[in-house]
Parts: sequence; C-alpha cells; structure tokens
Amino acid sequence: MGMSGAVELFVEPLRYGFLLRALVAAVLVGAIGAVVGSYVVLKGLAFIGDALAHVAFTGIVVAFLAGFSFYVGALAAAITAGLGIGWVTRRVGLSTDTAIGIVFSGVFALGVVLMAIGIRTYTVDLFSYVFGDILAVRARDLWAIALAGILVVGVVVALYKELLFAHFDPVVAEATGLPVGVLQLVLLLLLSVTVVVSVQAVGVVLVLAMLVTPAATAALVARRLASMMLLAVCFGVLAALVGFYLSYYASVPSGGAIVLVATVLFVLVAGLVRGRGAWRRLTAAYR
Amino acid sequence: MRGGAVAVERAARATTIPVIQVEELTTGYRRNEPVLRNVRFSVERGALVGILGPNGSGKSTLFRALLGLLRPWEGRVLVEGQPARPNPDIAYIPQRETIDWDFPVTVLDVALMGRYPRLGLFRRPGKNDRELALWALEQVGLVDQRDRLIAELSGGQRQRVFLARALAQEPELFLLDEPVSGVDAPTQHFVFELLERLCRQGKTALVATHDLSCVAQRFDRVLLLNHEVIAYGPPQEVFTEALLHRTFRSHLLLLRYGDRVIVVEDEDGDERSC
Repeated sequence: MGMSGAVELFVEPLRYGFLLRALVAAVLVGAIGAVVGSYVVLKGLAFIGDALAHVAFTGIVVAFLAGFSFYVGALAAAITAGLGIGWVTRRVGLSTDTAIGIVFSGVFALGVVLMAIGIRTYTVDLFSYVFGDILAVRARDLWAIALAGILVVGVVVALYKELLFAHFDPVVAEATGLPVGVLQLVLLLLLSVTVVVSVQAVGVVLVLAMLVTPAATAALVARRLASMMLLAVCFGVLAALVGFYLSYYASVPSGGAIVLVATVLFVLVAGLVRGRGAWRRLTAAYR
Repeated sequence: MRGGAVAVERAARATTIPVIQVEELTTGYRRNEPVLRNVRFSVERGALVGILGPNGSGKSTLFRALLGLLRPWEGRVLVEGQPARPNPDIAYIPQRETIDWDFPVTVLDVALMGRYPRLGLFRRPGKNDRELALWALEQVGLVDQRDRLIAELSGGQRQRVFLARALAQEPELFLLDEPVSGVDAPTQHFVFELLERLCRQGKTALVATHDLSCVAQRFDRVLLLNHEVIAYGPPQEVFTEALLHRTFRSHLLLLRYGDRVIVVEDEDGDERSC
C-alpha cells in the first residue's frame, strides 16, 4: 500500500457528510471535555459530572414533552440541579456527595417516570439524544459544540489564575478577597454546558469517561495545571480520532470505541510512569 | 495627587488607630451556640501577639472574624479602623488539613499566588510579581526549590512555601493558625525568627499556637482565649497558674523550674522546642 493508499484510508469516511460531522464533533468534545475535566479530576468532582449527565436526561424528556429545544431543556436542568446541590449542602449541612446523590437520583427518577407516562410513542430521535449517537450529529449541533468550546476555553484562559487559586486553596483565596463562591459556580456552569453538548455526541453513560479519562491520563505526567490541560486535550483529541476510525473500519459503536481508546491510552501511560503522587491524585477523582 | 493623599492618610491612620480593634464580639456558626462571647481586645502596630487556648476554644473562629469571613452577631471587628472584610492587606495561613498536596503546582506557583489578589481580574503576574515571589522564597530559604512540586516537599518546607506566599502578598497584618504544629524544629525556630523580624519592621502578627514557652520568650502580648478572653497582656503578667488553669482547665500541667517554665499538655502530649 502506497502513500496515497494510506491517505485514502483516512479520507474515505469523510466523503460522507454525516461522518465528517461526527469526526469534528468527537474531536471537539474530546478537547472541551479534557479542559473542564482537568478541574473535575483535580477536585474529585467525577461524581458531579456523572450526576449532571443524568439530570440532563430529565431535562431532555421535559423538553420533548413540552416541545422546546433539547439543549434548552438539558442545560436548564443541569444548571438548576447544580445550584441545587450548592443549596442543599449549605442549608441542610449534608456532605456534597450525599447532597448530589439525593438531588440527582431524585431528578433522574423523575425523568424516567415522565418518560414512561408521557412518551407512549417512544421515538428513535429521543433515544439517540439520551444515549448519544455521534453519527446523528447535525450541523446545528456542531455549532452548539463549537460555541460551548469557545465559551469554556475563553473563560478558563481569562480566569486561569483565579480558578487556580480558588481550587488549590479556597480558604486563603477567599480571605484575600477573591469571590471563591462565584468562581466555583462558574466552573459548575462550564461543566453543565460541557456535559449537555457532550451528551448529544457520546451519550449520558460515556460523558463521564470523556470528562475524566483524558484529564486523569494527563495528571499522571503533568507538573503544572496549564500543561495538564494541554496534555489532556491531546489525549482527548487522539482518543476521538483513533476511536472514530476504529469505529468505521471495525464496525463498532463510535462512542464506545472512543472511550475504549481513551482508556487504553490511560493504561499505557500509567504503565510507563509509576509516580505515587500521580496515582493518589487519580484516586482522589473517584472519592 | 491621589496616590500621595492616600499615603498620607495611611500614615496618619498608622499612628493613631490600632491595627485591630475587637469590641464586644459575639459570633459563631450555629444559632444560639456562640463560639466567641463578648471578646474585646486591640492590637497596636508592630505587635507580635500569641493566641493561646485549648483546641476548640475559638482561635480559628477569631481569625475568621478578623478576616471578615464570619460576621459578628454582636459587637464590632475593626481592622485598620474599618469593619473587617477579606482583602489583600491581610495574609492568612490557616491550618493545613484542607490542602490537596497532589495539586500540580510548583513552589514558585504557590508563592506567585500571593500576588494574585493585587493584580485584579484578567491580569497576569508580570516581571515585578515574579521578582517579589522569588524574593519571598529567598526569605524562607526555598529559592533553590522553586521548580519542585509541592507534593515533593517535606512538612516544614510546605509551611515555608505558605509563608513565602504570605510575604509575596506584602500585607500589613499576618494571621497564622498553628504555623508550627507538625513541622520540624529548625522550621519552628525559623518561623518565629521571621515573625520577630517582620514585627520590628512595623508589620503586625497574630499567631495561634500551643507553644507556651516560645510565646513566653518571644511574644509582646498574649491573648488567653477559651470562648471568651481570659486575659490579655504581656506574657509576664498573663502567665500565672491561675489564668492558665482557667484557660486550659485540666488539659495542662504547669511546672516552675528555677526561672524556667515547663509546660506539659496531656492532650496531644507533644514536646516543642523554641
């Protein structure tokens, strides 16, 4: 096989518009998820990412029943629930984990019940929104993902030092006058936006993996937050690219293939570096 | 010129108003369960003040009130003549249980954070901030370690990094909560030397500690605290068996040995060197 043959392997799937859109979506989600995921991994927020994805499901069901945009429904649900945990933690004095468990399992159950009652005619359209089908990405979904990416990267770059201080040492950051509560809220909003646009591409179940795995892989080797984010983006994009072609040529589901590649990357990197600190940081993500 | 006027105003305040004025302060976290009751004291500029009391006596709560992180239920807390609020002129070094030591930041990164509150939103630290951070690391003897991760430091070195961050902040007032608990003897000695030097330069420092003998030797004033002020004054006046017993109850044994005072705590039972 010559040079042109190898190029042909990469170009062939992209002749189809829906596959090209799928590839662009996967790469963008891989990159955005990696940036936000770096905070998720460092702060042990993996549970929140998962929970937000499930709440987005309820938002989608409600949007479907009420007849407005899925994005609006999912985003509204995720943001409301995000504010909800903050409120439950502060007012009731429960631990964040418990608060998340209560708020999100309740909201998710509501979504399941609503779906059973309201959607007698179970449509493929809704199914693909809930479980994610990257091959069904439309042009306007791509725009939504791109806008989310610009928002996420713009805010993370603009507020880099504030977010770093507020997440590394919130007590002292607040004492010196930084609005730590607002900064944590900003991160929660970025997380909600990322989860909602990713749900469409990779599905509820796999959002968590795209948030956590590339960032966790980067955490094994990076020494600074900025380099961790850049590395995480590389791992996320690589997983999206390899997973996409694997899915095309091996005829396996694309979301699963992408996450599988991300996981293999993690295992490879973890095998190469055996830093104790890196492992501890990683286990913190799942606490 | 506005800058000149501000400087003059600051200088005028410096000579007339105590750095800290706490008046009849009652506050806490849960309704009807005040942690501090009717606390009053004031601190002059340049003073090195030790705050002594058993665990859970309200030392950290007092710091939170001085930082404006906790509102008074009754009374007033004035810092530089103004109601306390979070601001870059106060450097706070809290107890360290909440820090994630595996966070990917280097020693220099942490020292630079001291400059962040002075920079304002969106602005990046510049050459001047970097120089100040390096100067601060030099003060605490960590300039050679600037590119190491905090995860790679010893307990004493970690405490020095936070001191460096406080120094880089160029504050007027230092609040240190148990700065020498769990650190090695050279670092304990070093921390108190540094505090003495800062106070001679006109900075003010409040230090919560269990270390009675250090306080007796080095501090200008002692605040004995057990939910309320038991006593406040120079160590030689405050360190009486009766007052210490009222402060610590049964947690403390006081031995006089010649002109030395030896203190044994039965709670954590750790000895300290000064």
